[in-house]
Amino acid sequence: MPRGKVVIDPERCKGCGVCVATCPFGVLEMSSTYNSSGYPVAGAAHPEQCTGCALCAQACPDIAIEVYRGVGARERGDG
Amino acid sequence: MPETETMTKVFARPRSLTEKRFTYCPGCHHGLITRILGSTIDKLGIQERTVVVAPVGCAVFAYEWFRCDGIQAAHGRAAAVATGLKRANPELVVLSYQGDGDLAAIGTAETVHAANRGEAITVIFVNNQIYGMTGGQMAPTTLDGQPTTSSPQGRDPATMGHPLRVAEMIAALEAPMYVTRQSLYDAKHITQATKAVEKALRYQVERRGYSLVEIVANCPTGWKMPPVKANEHIAATVTGVFPLGDLVDRG
Repeated sequence: MPRGKVVIDPERCKGCGVCVATCPFGVLEMSSTYNSSGYPVAGAAHPEQCTGCALCAQACPDIAIEVYRGVGARERGDG
Repeated sequence: MPETETMTKVFARPRSLTEKRFTYCPGCHHGLITRILGSTIDKLGIQERTVVVAPVGCAVFAYEWFRCDGIQAAHGRAAAVATGLKRANPELVVLSYQGDGDLAAIGTAETVHAANRGEAITVIFVNNQIYGMTGGQMAPTTLDGQPTTSSPQGRDPATMGHPLRVAEMIAALEAPMYVTRQSLYDAKHITQATKAVEKALRYQVERRGYSLVEIVANCPTGWKMPPVKANEHIAATVTGVFPLGDLVDRG
């Protein structure tokens, strides 16, 4: 099980790219898909690298990202 | 079974915000500031008694996004409206949310005198150095030399003045309890700004008095920069004109 997981709401994402620039582990990239408003949408290109640190979500201006952490992540020293 | 069912949610939309999407442009710090305020209202447990006073400007629809009471003030008059709310019912937590065109231009008088009287309100001042909603005109906070639609050759201090440093101006008064300038251009500064917003609201809850949090924000559309580049511009240039940090903390 991954240590963390990001769930991006494609309809809230406006493709600003701030999450991609903020993620310290290179998890996120701009995808080639567009939402119904015509914005390109960010996605988790390398989800296995995610630690659930939530910096991307804290930087997202549209609250498009939810972050989950694996049970026991804190015990393993990832929290 | 989806993977997330066995995981713990560590970041979600604040309960104090509605489900409505922001009308802000991609990358705009207004949305981020709204989220930080929502998270802080949740954390302090003050949703039931918070009133958000919305300005004129891009944040004019603030009452659409906060799941608490709200009122929309005439241009620049948010501090006066907030004063009335707070004096009529001191149990309220009154939050005045204003941009630079609203607070630092048309509303300068209300802003300065509410601060000078030490009204027990919290003012969130979004300084993005431009009039965003009306099409990127020069604001009092526009940097020297910065091109805008109403100063296409760049702001010329000889005829247009220098950028107005509101936090310093308010910090010169005796009454304010807490005056700080923060930014949101990277994760570290988002954390610091969140702590400052929490302190400003906590001081009001503890009935200590007036506080102002100036947030040096971006306007990617008005500045004609991609959002990530706009954030880099804040770090490299804007914070040189508007230095970050606490100016007054009498708590």
